[in-house]
Amino acid sequence: MRVVLGEDLVLLRDGLIRLLRAYDFEVVEAVDSGPALLEALVRHRPDVAVVDVRLPPTFTDEGLRAAIRARKRVPGLPVLVLSQYVERLYARELLSDRGGAVGYLLKDRVSDVRQFVDAIRRVAAGGTAMDPEVVTQLLARGGRDQSLAALTPREREVLSLMAEGRSNGAIAARLFVTEKAVGKHIANIFAKLDLPLSEDDNRRVLAVLAYLDRL
Amino acid sequence: MTDKDLLRGASDRALAVVLAVAKAPLAVLGLPLVPLQLLGYPLILVTVGVPLTLGATALARGYANLHRDLAGRVLGEQIPRPYRAPANRGPMTRVRTIATDPATWRDLAFLPLNAIVSVLFGFLPAALWASGALAMATPLLWQLGADGLAYLGIDERTPGGYVAVPLLATAHLALAWWATPRLVRVPALLARWLLAPSARAALSTRVRQLADSRADTVDAQAAELRRIERDLHDGAQARLVALGMSLGMAEELLARDPEAVRALLAEARESSSLALAELRGLVRGIHPPVLADRGLDGALRALALAHPLPVAVDVELAGRPQAPVESAAYFAAAEALTNVAKHSGATGAWLRVRHEAGVLRLVVGDDGRGGARADAGGGLRGIERRLAAFDGTLVITSPVGGPTTVTMELPCALSSEKTSSCSETA
Repeated sequence: MRVVLGEDLVLLRDGLIRLLRAYDFEVVEAVDSGPALLEALVRHRPDVAVVDVRLPPTFTDEGLRAAIRARKRVPGLPVLVLSQYVERLYARELLSDRGGAVGYLLKDRVSDVRQFVDAIRRVAAGGTAMDPEVVTQLLARGGRDQSLAALTPREREVLSLMAEGRSNGAIAARLFVTEKAVGKHIANIFAKLDLPLSEDDNRRVLAVLAYLDRL
Repeated sequence: MTDKDLLRGASDRALAVVLAVAKAPLAVLGLPLVPLQLLGYPLILVTVGVPLTLGATALARGYANLHRDLAGRVLGEQIPRPYRAPANRGPMTRVRTIATDPATWRDLAFLPLNAIVSVLFGFLPAALWASGALAMATPLLWQLGADGLAYLGIDERTPGGYVAVPLLATAHLALAWWATPRLVRVPALLARWLLAPSARAALSTRVRQLADSRADTVDAQAAELRRIERDLHDGAQARLVALGMSLGMAEELLARDPEAVRALLAEARESSSLALAELRGLVRGIHPPVLADRGLDGALRALALAHPLPVAVDVELAGRPQAPVESAAYFAAAEALTNVAKHSGATGAWLRVRHEAGVLRLVVGDDGRGGARADAGGGLRGIERRLAAFDGTLVITSPVGGPTTVTMELPCALSSEKTSSCSETA
């Protein structure tokens, strides 16, 4: 799997390259600035891009902007954005084209190597990987929402995991229940939130995120 | 009074008399500026008044500034310029600023008053001296046949006139000696009264200074916070992420490759100690622990010890200033010493700190190549802004070729509490 990496701090760039190589990713290019990232993404059209939000020259959200611009030129280009902190606003901007294949994770998550690699693969496959922090922020705003309030605690748990972008199988493994049970929870959630239930995992995730983001 | 003093007193007075006489025609020359300025305002209606007013005012202000300098020299103090700056370069704005500036009208009032007072007090000292000298010479002139000559009603035929006139003339000259420096002050006092900024103008100048220094302070604080955020983001936070990454990979490899795990753990340990070192550095940049513990004296000595050059430290403080002032003083001295290490090419430096007359004064000097300036964005400019928040000032004396001294002054009070020494606490 071909990866383009955008990270300006040498320490983290080298660490990420080593980690990715250890899991059989091919790092086709590692760049350290916003403009270089945009150029590399358009040129290589990688299977997935792993991007730090903050990049030179502005040291603001240069990485995020470059990723969003690249997705306009290469629709559906899978992008996983990493950051020291998460902002709901940035998550919304990433999700706004409704194309999926986006991830937004705290940098801390790389320490759980297996989960991190799993998130990269999921994004590359067109799925979503939202940091639990983002999901918490989204749910926190939904406190007064009648439909959300109607969910059982277990259903809320499932909703959170689904919003993070996990598949039914992963959710089932996480909650120690059968996939069938998860499917039933999901059907209930979609009924309570009045969302059209789709067969496709990714579509379901995007629908849930869109619902939460509207709150 | 020694001969030398007498000589200096005499030459001072001679100069004062000549200058006073010379200034009299200068004061009269200023009179045409009154109608010239007043003429401009009605003519503004026909446009020609605008350049006329601007020109006449520039001329009048130059003339008033000359008098400010001359009077300042007589009084031994500077008379500041009181004029308001126009909001922009537009000619109408400038005319409006001029017309609404009280200083314009005070200048105008000064012109005729100055002409009268300067002529009067310009010739008075000269006349005093001349008449005194003539009186002294009167007995001689009587001898030469000028028998009509009289001094204070005493003529050649008055009994005892030959004794009385020289005595009285001596008193007269003594009076001239005493009065000359006082008389020449009168036009200068008039100039100060009318030409110095009024209390209101001085206040508004002060308000402007405060607004500027506050804006500078806010800027400096925002920049400081950005720096801290950046340092954390790129430093300790990144190290901790790397630490987590190493540990995570080690966890994954534990069963398969113990040798690689050993290397990863060593890396993780290094990351953690580097993260700590970076946090320490950051904390030191925010508020050095030694400053909190030992006050300015101890903190500056610690700074000197860490400096690459030998720094002679001479601190005498009876107490501690307030914490923000102390911190500003510390960072100002630290920045000045950093500059010495970076730019001066010096072989040694010294630091002297005193608190006298309500002012904390820090002087940093070196024997380097000199030529230091407070450039925009430079370290010295940063100190200036830091100090300005506390009404402090920075003066650089740095001729090319050196040596350089940087004098920083902060008005502040010291708390009587003594800095605790380590022998007491140990």
